Amino acid sequence: MSTIFQWAWLVPVLPLAGFLINGLFRNQLSKTLTSIVGCGVILAAFVISLLLFNEVRGGQTATVQLFNFISVGKLSIPFAFQIDSLSSLFLLIITGIGFLIHVYSTSYMHEETDAHFARYFAYLNLFVFSMLLLVLGANFVIMFIGWEGVGLCSYLLIGYWFKNNDYTNAAKKAFIMNRIGDLGFLLAVFWMINQFGTVTYSEVFAKVEGVPVMILTGITLLLFVGATGKSAQIPLYTWLPDAMAGPTPVSALIHAATMVTAGVYMIARSHVMFSAAPITMNVIAVIGIATALLAGTIALYQNDIKKVLAYSTVSQLGLMFLALGVGAFTTGVFHVMTHAFFKALLFLGAGSVIHAMGGEQDITKMGGLAKKIPVTYFTFLLGVLAIIGVPGFSGFVSKDEILMAAYHHNKIYFWLGILAAILTAVYMLRLLALTFFGGFRGTHDQEHHLHESPKAMTIPLIVLAILSVVGGLVQFPHLFGGHPYLNEFLAPAVKAAPEAEASATVEYMLLGGTVIGLVLIFVLARKNFAVKEFDGTYAGLRKVLADKWYVDELYETIILKPLRWFNKNVVAFLEKEVIDWLVNGVGKMVQLGSRQLRLVQSGQVGSYVLLMVVSILVFFVIQFVFKK
Amino acid sequence: MIAVLLIAIPLVSGLLTFFIRDEKTARFASFAATLISLVLAIGAVTVFKGSPQLAWDSAWLPALGSRFTVSLDGMGLLLILLTAVAFPLILLATWQTKYPKAGNFHALMLLSQAGLMGVFMATDALLFYFFWELALIPAYFLCSIWGGEKRIAVTFKFFIYTFVGSLFMLIGIIFLYFQTPDQSFALQSFYKLNLNSDTQSWIFWLFFLAFAIKMPLFPFHTWQPDAYEQAPTATTMVLSGIMVKMGVFGLIRWLAPIVPNGFWSWGDAAAFLAMFGMIYASLLAMMQDDIKRLIAYSSIAHIGLMTLGVFSTTDAGMQGVMIQLFSHGVNIIGMWIVAEIIERKTGTRKISELGGLARQAPVLTILLVVIALANVALPLTNAFVGEFLMFTGVFTSNVSQYNYIYTAVAGVSIILSAVYTLNMIQKVFFGNTSTAAAKLTGLSGNEVLALSLIVGLILVFGVYPQPMLDLTSDTVQSVLGRMITKHP
Repeated sequence: MSTIFQWAWLVPVLPLAGFLINGLFRNQLSKTLTSIVGCGVILAAFVISLLLFNEVRGGQTATVQLFNFISVGKLSIPFAFQIDSLSSLFLLIITGIGFLIHVYSTSYMHEETDAHFARYFAYLNLFVFSMLLLVLGANFVIMFIGWEGVGLCSYLLIGYWFKNNDYTNAAKKAFIMNRIGDLGFLLAVFWMINQFGTVTYSEVFAKVEGVPVMILTGITLLLFVGATGKSAQIPLYTWLPDAMAGPTPVSALIHAATMVTAGVYMIARSHVMFSAAPITMNVIAVIGIATALLAGTIALYQNDIKKVLAYSTVSQLGLMFLALGVGAFTTGVFHVMTHAFFKALLFLGAGSVIHAMGGEQDITKMGGLAKKIPVTYFTFLLGVLAIIGVPGFSGFVSKDEILMAAYHHNKIYFWLGILAAILTAVYMLRLLALTFFGGFRGTHDQEHHLHESPKAMTIPLIVLAILSVVGGLVQFPHLFGGHPYLNEFLAPAVKAAPEAEASATVEYMLLGGTVIGLVLIFVLARKNFAVKEFDGTYAGLRKVLADKWYVDELYETIILKPLRWFNKNVVAFLEKEVIDWLVNGVGKMVQLGSRQLRLVQSGQVGSYVLLMVVSILVFFVIQFVFKK
Repeated sequence: MIAVLLIAIPLVSGLLTFFIRDEKTARFASFAATLISLVLAIGAVTVFKGSPQLAWDSAWLPALGSRFTVSLDGMGLLLILLTAVAFPLILLATWQTKYPKAGNFHALMLLSQAGLMGVFMATDALLFYFFWELALIPAYFLCSIWGGEKRIAVTFKFFIYTFVGSLFMLIGIIFLYFQTPDQSFALQSFYKLNLNSDTQSWIFWLFFLAFAIKMPLFPFHTWQPDAYEQAPTATTMVLSGIMVKMGVFGLIRWLAPIVPNGFWSWGDAAAFLAMFGMIYASLLAMMQDDIKRLIAYSSIAHIGLMTLGVFSTTDAGMQGVMIQLFSHGVNIIGMWIVAEIIERKTGTRKISELGGLARQAPVLTILLVVIALANVALPLTNAFVGEFLMFTGVFTSNVSQYNYIYTAVAGVSIILSAVYTLNMIQKVFFGNTSTAAAKLTGLSGNEVLALSLIVGLILVFGVYPQPMLDLTSDTVQSVLGRMITKHP
């Protein structure tokens, strides 16, 4: 084992140290020092991650035992890290993009007071720590520690501006919906302990063969429930758009690039179990594509720049789950990576736009920003081109791979996937046109105030833009002279989807269709949205979409309202009336009986009994003292 | 000898404190006494575990066949440690609270501590009963003299409830005593009894009622929210942090190994009550506007899970209960401290009248959030370890065919606990500062120290729980072993 593996614990511990320093000394540290600590620890973690990645690329993997976390009877849960191709890839994404977003934040959050600035960085560091635990853990319990940890940090950061009740409501909603999923995850863990007697990945996966499919289906479905919570899939996705209440860099890091992909990581990690449970796989594919379409349609009519991106994220996550569901695990991971690049870029770009607009998030009040904030515009444009899948860009390569995998699995998934891709192109180009093209629709003050963001914000944008463009090279299709480097790298940890044979025709069709479709949509978008005046109100079906299919209202009506009614009328009644009535009844009987006693000894029952007990006790004590 | 000292120190110092008139002297004296107990208890756990120092046997009531025998195994040590840690923490946190007739107050607190110490180490049934009452009786006085407005009615209810339970237990003890061949109250003699199933059944209920009322388990819980609300906070902390554990402790030491058949045959009934009570109490907690009542109902839910853990009769379940006995005690005391600080400084504990405390008291907020996260059993807090193991135990248990249902339904309380806990945090600490909340400015050193110590315990045992698990594994093994060998 290479010595670098022995230092792997530093990767999560460094951000933890950053959290402690910034958290404990938030009243003492200046913004500069906070920034240096906050970014420095992530950079250091990134460097170690690179070294680890390099070792893994050389064919080495390791499981590092730190200490015995819980050991009871035959159950042993070590605090151990597993460094292999899958985890090392995620380490790079988390620390790499995490570092860029930390740097960006130093400028974006600069108007906060010193103490709140430090609190922000402390939370952000704590998030990175939790996320790293999640991917480094060598068993499901350590993964769960990170899993709930990222949920906590998400809660803290969504509610970062804690004076605003809407924000803290959003934070609470995120945590509780995640908790619903977490219960599924936990039940799966208990079931695994019951079935396999262990939660360590290698031991569990080694025992999968021969286990009844029913049991595997149950366990994997419960795990998937966990994934729907964390990765915002139907039916637990509604927290993610609300989570946009958090500062924009948080949306980029947590609610786009890393945390929400935890579900994909978890399923890829346990693909041995999922592959053996075909029912679960179908459920995942169906939920995935349904989520992609549902969120895609909602995104069409959103006017808040962050909401569009949020629904876009939900939709893209749906595509990742489609990939997983059809058995293309590495493809899902690949889309996690490219999505992390371009979605982080888009969110940070949106942050730069919001910054320039003085806090405005409504795209109907923007327009024509391209010339005013050129760096933001150009990088944002590249991000859009990547996400809508312009051939050659990273998004094209990974989405193309998902669609190909879907094609070979089930043609319906393929066509629905195409539909989702079209929706992506429409809402993203609408967003691009409304924001950057046409004429400015904001106030005069805002126009005057428009300015490009400082370097600390634009440099991360540029780096992410480059990655969004070239990120696909790690897995360029064979047909176009590429090589599946990523699949090869991941092969020891995650098996790739079987290479499809007669894919050339479909591939060319897809390429041609994409080009024609995108040009068409682009022309339409320019015509409709690159305008001087824009009315952001909708009627009819458009209103239904703009109002998010009324899913929140549905949940309110069928779950929350009945629960409140039940609480108020049944539970409270039971507690106040029924049980107390029973108790008082018993009490009355006691009093009735005590009437007889009163004849002998006047006084209250209570004091009488008390006297009796006290005298017995005194008697005991005297006995003890004298017998000694 | 150390075992006897652990009882004698609070007992003697308690009796002496009755004669102290000065408020300050009484406070310092009782604090010093609890610190000595703490040092002794830490010594007992770290140095003397398994040594004869932790056992004592002498004549007491020879005519009745009762002896003064005490001994400390893993579970006993754990609860002794909890008792010894809790009292100085409680006194430290409520340092500023002034009680009329403070000497009597502190004396009764110390007597209660002596009783608790005795309960956790007695291995003679009559002695156990004696200590059981010694722990409770001071609590009645503490509630009825220093409690809130409705203290008399509430204490009466509390007294009747627990006293009826105790009487049932006393009947059970006396019955078992007559069954022993040598007419003895010794725990070991009780363990050797081989009763038929019918007898075991009703013996089970005699003891179970006493323990269920003490914990409390649904539907024997209605004394609890009232008592927690009305008792002086320091007493509430003792009641909920430690006395509640007498019930769970009783199940494991005095019930399961003595009547395993009764235990198993009524296991489903108890588990159903526990499961139902968890959801019921969680739903009630969601509705409370009074912080104290919210904590009280939340505690009923947590205790329900412990009951499930005990009745799972698995390694994992029992070990989970063990670690949770300690964690729950520490955490709930932390919750009470926060509630007490809020009430004392803002004049209200109504959630609807508070808000925005985070701006007024950032340090209090941070400490409360960590304690609240332990209340929802977030990983890397001490409560996660306990809850995880208890759920594992319930799920993997083979004594009931409903174990999956228990796990799934009880699991819903994981979600509900997040709902009411986060709701409380949001309404009390976030948002705009209310007029009541504006009165809270800063914490005193003793409060920060007490809460920091609790947070420290939460995190240390959340990250590295194994030493505590190792401490109690002997008890779990012997209890489970006894149950199985007696009734294969």
